[in-house]
Amino acid sequence: MKLDAKIPDGDLKDKWKNYQSTCRLVNPANKRKLDVIVVGSGLAGASAAATLAEGGYNVKCFCFQDTPRRAHSIAAQGGVNAAKNYQNDGDNTWRMFHDTLKGGDFRSREANVYRLAELSGPLIDHFTMQGVPFAREYGGVLANRSFGGVQVQRTFYARGQTGQQLLLASYSQLSRQIEAKKVQMFSRHEIQEIVVIEGKARGVVVRDMITGELTNHSAHAVVLATGGYSKVFFLSTLAMGCNASAIWKAHKKGAYFASPSFTQIHPTALPQNSETQSKLTLMSESLRNDGRIWVPKDKNEKRAPAAIPEEERDYYLERKYPAFGNLAPRDISSRAAKESIDQGLGVGELKNAVYLDFKDSIARLGINVIKSRYGNLFDMYKKITGIDAYKEPMKISPAPHFSMGGLWVDYELMTTIPGLFAIGECNFADHGANRLGANSLLQASIDGYFILPLTIGNYLTDELKTGKISTDHPAFKEALVNVKTKFEKLINNNGTETVDSIHRRLGKIMWKECAMSRNEAGLKKAILEIKSLRTEFYNKVKITGLVNEYNQELDKGSRLIDFLEIAELMCVDALERNESCGAHFREEFQTPDGEALRDDDNFSYVSAWEFRGESDFSLHKEVLNFEYIKPTVRSYK
Amino acid sequence: MKLNFKIWRQDNSQVVGDFKNYEVSGLNEDMSLLEALDYLNEDLVKKDEKAVAFDHDCREGICGQCGFFINGRAHGAGNNQTTCQVHLRSFKDNDTVLLEPFRASSFPIVKDLIVDRSSFDRIIQKGGFVSANTGTAVEANSILIGKKDADYSMSMAACIGCGACVATCKNASAALFTSAKINHLNSLPQGQPEEYSRTINLVAQMEAEGFGHCSFTGACEIECPEHISLSSIAKMNFSYMKAKILN
Ligand SMILES: Cc1cc2nc3c(=O)[nH]c(=O)nc-3n(C[C@H](O)[C@H](O)[C@H](O)COP(=O)(O)OP(=O)(O)OC[C@H]3O[C@@H](n4cnc5c(N)ncnc54)[C@H](O)[C@@H]3O)c2cc1C
Ligand code: FES
Repeated sequence: MKLDAKIPDGDLKDKWKNYQSTCRLVNPANKRKLDVIVVGSGLAGASAAATLAEGGYNVKCFCFQDTPRRAHSIAAQGGVNAAKNYQNDGDNTWRMFHDTLKGGDFRSREANVYRLAELSGPLIDHFTMQGVPFAREYGGVLANRSFGGVQVQRTFYARGQTGQQLLLASYSQLSRQIEAKKVQMFSRHEIQEIVVIEGKARGVVVRDMITGELTNHSAHAVVLATGGYSKVFFLSTLAMGCNASAIWKAHKKGAYFASPSFTQIHPTALPQNSETQSKLTLMSESLRNDGRIWVPKDKNEKRAPAAIPEEERDYYLERKYPAFGNLAPRDISSRAAKESIDQGLGVGELKNAVYLDFKDSIARLGINVIKSRYGNLFDMYKKITGIDAYKEPMKISPAPHFSMGGLWVDYELMTTIPGLFAIGECNFADHGANRLGANSLLQASIDGYFILPLTIGNYLTDELKTGKISTDHPAFKEALVNVKTKFEKLINNNGTETVDSIHRRLGKIMWKECAMSRNEAGLKKAILEIKSLRTEFYNKVKITGLVNEYNQELDKGSRLIDFLEIAELMCVDALERNESCGAHFREEFQTPDGEALRDDDNFSYVSAWEFRGESDFSLHKEVLNFEYIKPTVRSYK
Repeated sequence: MKLNFKIWRQDNSQVVGDFKNYEVSGLNEDMSLLEALDYLNEDLVKKDEKAVAFDHDCREGICGQCGFFINGRAHGAGNNQTTCQVHLRSFKDNDTVLLEPFRASSFPIVKDLIVDRSSFDRIIQKGGFVSANTGTAVEANSILIGKKDADYSMSMAACIGCGACVATCKNASAALFTSAKINHLNSLPQGQPEEYSRTINLVAQMEAEGFGHCSFTGACEIECPEHISLSSIAKMNFSYMKAKILN
């Protein structure tokens, strides 16, 4: 199949407008005859479900949490970007487009990125209207802060809880549609399979997590909004339930998977401190505004940090990247931390962390200023570690954080399966090889509020003649039987290993070979290890309890099956890309001073993988044409 | 480190539950309580027993999904925290730790430590929103909101919907939860057109769900992870009177 991104004609600035004026619409009376399934009620899913229902479609929405008020989106702290230029600092759509394209190291589509920037302003208007209590100045206007990788202040925020406030706004809008009976909400329900009939997405198989009951649901279109899959690393900053299952099922049914290996590793998370740890908590990146990052120069350093004299410390970011210093972009900061840790210079009991030190800024600004800026973060640090960071430096460490990769979608956010759409973090569209901070709340929201509700109509106009779709079709029955068999196999396996113990091992393989830096030999080894771990899983996994009850071990086990498969594709993708770009750093491709060496002549494309059978993936290339901005070397020196 | 857990076990809402004892050793102080349960669960699975079911997702105190009684207190001994923020360093070696689900008739037990808090969703569905469709917004800075009002609104909007306020209240009242949503929206210009109907409808639904009345004991504000204070309820009561008279 030839990939067609369906980029509209016209100048970059006019593409979205041209699309809006020419796409086909479904008239309001007809929308009532069309059913849409939205999987996920995070920022992307809730906003899409609510807006589709406002438009008149019949919507069914599913999530695995106990209520749509929770989703991983809720954990975003920092903020959401918009090119409003309220600070009069020279910001506009073009500059934001440029920053995002460059931040993504020129591995995303110009037209998509431009649209992201173009719709950012209206999104802030929208959320303000919905009652998001964004931070304000004394005069009553909205406040902004700056974020890594850009030189303007375009980040809007609601205390340190921006994701929570945006999600709760979408949830409120969704709640209004539930009350109006335009959305049927299914909490604690997990999607197990996508049903495709005659080449079109026609529905899903769903498991009620409380009773274990499996049911079929049909619709004229299915929208996936299931978030990121970095939980494949086991330890990550993601919520515990985040999974790859729905998108992986879609992939196996024919949806191409784009840039699977592009994973953002966040530089400022709390380090792992024991084998039993379950997640890595993110410390907001804003700390890097006033904290200085360092490691001791001596591997055998045993003294407490305060006792180590200045000349025996290596402020490695300031040394390597004098222009950006401690504010160097995430991928660069994470890789630099890894280098120090790999050299044995890491700190902490497991020697897996670096110091983030506020000593100098406390001396310069006074403890009260630091308290007012970061008080809640210091409190949180103390709650988790028991350490007072006003007195000694924090220990931080890189952690898997965001999936730039995801299902391949065209400009209309449709996957390669007609009628199947993917929005939010689970698609690959806008962030290229590295995402800029505060751009993904933005992307998830505009996908759900502004883009999908329009583009889906262009597809659905042809569906009016289809009429109600019955779940009696053999494809539904077959899918349901397959899911049932999977769960029965899992529960009856009676092995010796717990789900978590196998997931932890998978995480270790991925962290070692497919995280901040990768190389050919390591990736090849990882692929073999993943395959054998998969075999081991099927032979040895042990899950107790019943199929037809609330069984969290079973839920985790079924998600792990998909992680064990996607992990392999991530390595295959990283192996194929013989260049370094953004978060994808291949050790073989670096400049003499250790910077990423991008290869535009040979790799200026999006890798879209087709599933052809177990361990059999074939590559399709969507060539990226840069008409408006010439790719440059991404230097932060 | 070793702890003696006494944990409420109940297979589903139809059967009777009971406490079971589990001695768990090999723990360390830096583990969170939920990690200790993970650890226990791995052991139970290996021994052919069912794992203890408990709710959780973000494990960093923001999603509100976790929550049970720890030694008789919602979210444990510390004030203003969530269950996922409890670490083992807050216990002593060999301590007995009693875990049981939130108890409130409006929060039926689903399994073990998990309860059903969908009553909260139904309260929000009655008007915890601004009735404005996507596309209707005006330019964000065209409506000024003083910093004080914005900050107040934010401190109300911060509610994570965990249910600790209900669990700890002797009347199982949802007044803190309901008032937080009412005050969040009523204090913003965008929320004011629907001020009266919102207040009346949310309160009516709270009652319909079987939550009790506020007793002004103040236990809720001590457990609330977001420090939402009792004065929030007083403000709701005022708004309610106002709405009843003026609506
Ligand atoms: C700690 C942290 C901090 C962050 N901070 C920021 C920030 O400051 N600024 C920023 O822009 N971005 C930030 N991000 C990224 C951003 O939060 C996410 O990219 C974004 O919220 C994703 O939204 P989403 O709607 O796509 O997915 P999610 O919010 O993850 O929602 C996924 C939904 O899908 C459902 N789901 C998943 N699988 C299934 C299934 N199989 N069946 C049924 N339902 C399913 C879930 O129940 C959920 O409702 C942060 C991320 C993390 C981890
Ligand atoms: S798990 Fe999210 S608040 Fe505790």
